[in-house]
Amino acid sequence: MSNEKASFRTRAVHVGNEVDPATGAVVAPVHFATTFRQPGAGVWGEYDYSRSGNPTRSALQRTLASLEGGVNSLAFSTGMAAIHCVTMLLSPGDMILAGSDIYGGAYRLFHKICDRAGIGITLVDFTDLDAIASAIRPETKLLWGETIGNPQMSILDLPSIAKLAQSSGILFGVDNTFGTPALIRPLEHGVDIVMHSATKYLGGHSDCLGGTLAVADKALYDQLYYIQNATGAVLDPMSCFLLSRGIKTLDVRIRAQSETAMKLAVWLKGHPQVSRVLYPGLEDHPGHELASQLMGDHFGAMVTFELRGDKVQTATVCQSTKLFCLAVSLGAVESLIEQPATMSHASYAPEDRIRFGITDGLIRISVGLESYDDLRNDLETAIASAIA
Amino acid sequence: MPALVVNLMATDTTSSQPIASDSNADKQRLTPPASQGMSTQSVHAGERRQKSEGAISTPMYCASTFTFESTDALLRFVEGEEEREEYGRYGNPNERSVERKLAALEGAESAVVYSSGMAAIVGLLMSKLSAGDEIIFFDQCYHRSREFCTKHLSRFGVVTHQVKTGDFAAMEAAINARTKMLVSESPTNPHLTCIDIEQFVAVGKAHGVETLIDATLATPFNLRPIEYGVDYVLHSATKYLGGHNDLLAGVICGSKEQLESVRNLRGILGSVNSPHNLYLLERGLKTFELRMERHNQNGLRLAQFLESHPSVDRVYYPGLTSHPSHNIAASQMRGFGGLITFTVRDADWKQTSRVVDAARIARIAPSLGGVESLIEQPLVMSYYNCSPEDRQRFGISDNMIRMSCGIENTEDLIADLDQALSQ
Repeated sequence: MSNEKASFRTRAVHVGNEVDPATGAVVAPVHFATTFRQPGAGVWGEYDYSRSGNPTRSALQRTLASLEGGVNSLAFSTGMAAIHCVTMLLSPGDMILAGSDIYGGAYRLFHKICDRAGIGITLVDFTDLDAIASAIRPETKLLWGETIGNPQMSILDLPSIAKLAQSSGILFGVDNTFGTPALIRPLEHGVDIVMHSATKYLGGHSDCLGGTLAVADKALYDQLYYIQNATGAVLDPMSCFLLSRGIKTLDVRIRAQSETAMKLAVWLKGHPQVSRVLYPGLEDHPGHELASQLMGDHFGAMVTFELRGDKVQTATVCQSTKLFCLAVSLGAVESLIEQPATMSHASYAPEDRIRFGITDGLIRISVGLESYDDLRNDLETAIASAIA
Repeated sequence: MPALVVNLMATDTTSSQPIASDSNADKQRLTPPASQGMSTQSVHAGERRQKSEGAISTPMYCASTFTFESTDALLRFVEGEEEREEYGRYGNPNERSVERKLAALEGAESAVVYSSGMAAIVGLLMSKLSAGDEIIFFDQCYHRSREFCTKHLSRFGVVTHQVKTGDFAAMEAAINARTKMLVSESPTNPHLTCIDIEQFVAVGKAHGVETLIDATLATPFNLRPIEYGVDYVLHSATKYLGGHNDLLAGVICGSKEQLESVRNLRGILGSVNSPHNLYLLERGLKTFELRMERHNQNGLRLAQFLESHPSVDRVYYPGLTSHPSHNIAASQMRGFGGLITFTVRDADWKQTSRVVDAARIARIAPSLGGVESLIEQPLVMSYYNCSPEDRQRFGISDNMIRMSCGIENTEDLIADLDQALSQ
C-alpha cells in the first residue's frame, strides 16, 4: 500500500485494507478457510494452513504494524495469549522484572504459570528508574510494564527504561492497552515489544476478544511468530475482521473518549464525596508531565477515583449507574464501571492489593462514547444514592 | 480477566424474560430519554439494558425460526396475549434492536429495516399505493428509484409525475385527487440540491398527501425531517448509517401507525435483512456521531479547497455559499455531509477520468458514506448507457466527478486530490 507516509487515521482506514484483486471489493473478504490449495507437492504458496497464516489475519497484522511503526505484528486469540507468547521467549532460570501495578491477569500468569517453567518474577515500581536499575539481575531477561498503569494510571518513562534495558541487554515489553497506538507508540521510544489487549480500544465495541504484539526488529518477530505458530493461540478470521473494522474508527473514538474522560476527571475532582482522582490529564497527577510528552493533549479514557466511602458504599455506586455498565474490561463505546478491589484486581494477593494502593473505595471507569452531560449526571445520581 | 470475578451487584434480572418482548414498559427501558446526547443514543438506544447471559453487546440471532415450549404458549402468541418472535421473516431480535436504535436517532416512533435502500422504498410504495394512484417526484432523484416508479410501478397502474426539483408551484399544480405521495431527496445526488423541508411538508399537508424524504445523504445527524412533519424518512443504511462499506441495508422511519401496513407487507414480500447485517448495522451506529463529524469536516474542507483550485470549474456542496441551496441547507442542516460533486475545468470525459484514476486514497467505486473515501465519474459509473440528451436533462456533464469523503485525515485527502488534479 502506498499510504505509509499518510497520517495515522488515513493508514488506519487503508493499510491492510487493500482492494480485493479478484472482485474489487472495497472491504476484503473474510477468509474462513482452514487450509489452502498449494501450487504443487512440496511447493508452498503464501498461505498453507490457517494457524500458520490466514489472509484476514495478515491484513489486520499489516494495519497494526503500520500503526505501531513496527516491522510486523501478530494477532492472538486474547491479550493473555499475546503476553504468554512473550514469556515463552524465556527459559528456566530467567527472571521477569515487572511493574507493580500490572494487570491482574498478567500478575497471575507471571506468578502462577511462568513459575512452573522455572521462570522467576520480581515486581517493582516502574515509575522509579533507580528501583528498576537496582532490581536488574544477571538472570533478568524481560522487563514488562504498562504504558498507563492500572488502576493508578501511572505513566512509564518509556525512553529511559528502554535505554536501561538496551544497555543491560534485556528485552523491554509493554502493554499499551490503555494508551492505544493512536496516542502512544512505544516502538518509537525504543521499546522492543508492544502488546495490546485488542479486546479493548482496538476492537472498541465489546464484541471480540483479541491480543496483539508488534515489534520493530525482524529477528524478534521471527522468534515470536515461531512460538505463535508452534503453540497456536491465533485469532479467528471473524474476530480479525471485526478488529480491522474497529481500528478504522480507533483514532476518532479514543480522541472523543479522552476528551470526555478529561471533563469527567475535572468534575470528579471537585466532587465533595471524591477524595482522589487518578487521571494523567490532571496537572496534579504524578505522571502528567511525562504523559504530555508521550501523548500530547489526549490522555486516554480510563479514570480511577476514590470515594469517601466504604466497600459497600463503593459497590453501591458501581451498581447504581444507569449508563455505566457494571463490568470488567474497558475501552469500548459503552461506558463501564467497576470496583478494582472486588473485580479487576481480585486475583491480586490481599497483601499486594494493600501494598499497591488498591483500596476498597477505588472505582475505575472506562469512558465510552456517550455524551459528557449524560455520563456526569449518571455518576452524580449514583454517588448521591450511595452516600446520603 | 481474572477467573474469580465476583459480581455481587447484578440487580437487573430480566434475562429470563422472553427475548422478543416489546411491551411499552420494556421500551421505556430500552431507549434513553431523547434529551440525551446523540452518541448516548447511538450506543444505548434500542438495546435491552440486560441482555441474554448478561452480554454487553446484542448477540447475533441466526435462528430462522423460534420455538414454543407448548401448545399453550403458541396459543398465547396467536391470541395476541404475548408478543414474541415466531419466524425470521416476521421479525428477529437483531432487527428489533437496530430498528429501535434507528428510530431513536431519527426521532421517529418506529423504523422498518430492509435488505437494501431500494427494498425499503419499494416496500413503502408497494404498501401505500394502489392502481390508479399517483405520486409526484422531484426530478433530481436516484436513478434506480426513478426507474422503479416509471418502469415497474407503472405496470401496476400507478402514475409517476416528475417536476423540477424545488419547484413547489409545479408540484402543487401536479397534485390531484389521486395523488398519494410526494417524494424528494434532500440533498439530492449528485447535485446536492437541498429542498425546503418546511415548504415540502406544507404542500403535502395542504392537500392531504403524505410526504417521503430520502435523507440518505443528510443522515439524522444533519437533518431531522420528522421534526418538520415529514411522514416517512428513507435511508439507504448501506451508506452513513452502516458506515463501513460492508453491509447493505435500507430503512423507513415514521409513525408506528403509518408503518404498520409497511411492516406487514415486508413480512409477506420477505425483503428482510440478515442477522449478520443487522448486527453490523447496530455496531456501525455506535460511532455514528463521530463518523459524521469527520465526514462533515472533510466534506466542507475539501469543498473549500476544490472551489479555490484553478483546475476546478464548479463545486456542488451545500456548505459553500456558492451553492444555489446554501441558504436552505444552512437553515435546516447541522452540517453538510461528506459528498462533493465538482467539474474539472476545460476537461473532456477522458481527461476527467484521468483525475479519477490518479487518486491514491479514494477508490473508484459506486456508493458513498463509508469510512473509506470513494470517487467516481457519474458519466461512466451510473449514466454510461444514457443518451447525451438524457444526461444533459439529468445535469450530468462529462467533466463531473463525485467524491464521497471518508474519515481519513483531511490533509491527506486534500493532498491526494491536489496531486490528482495536477496530473
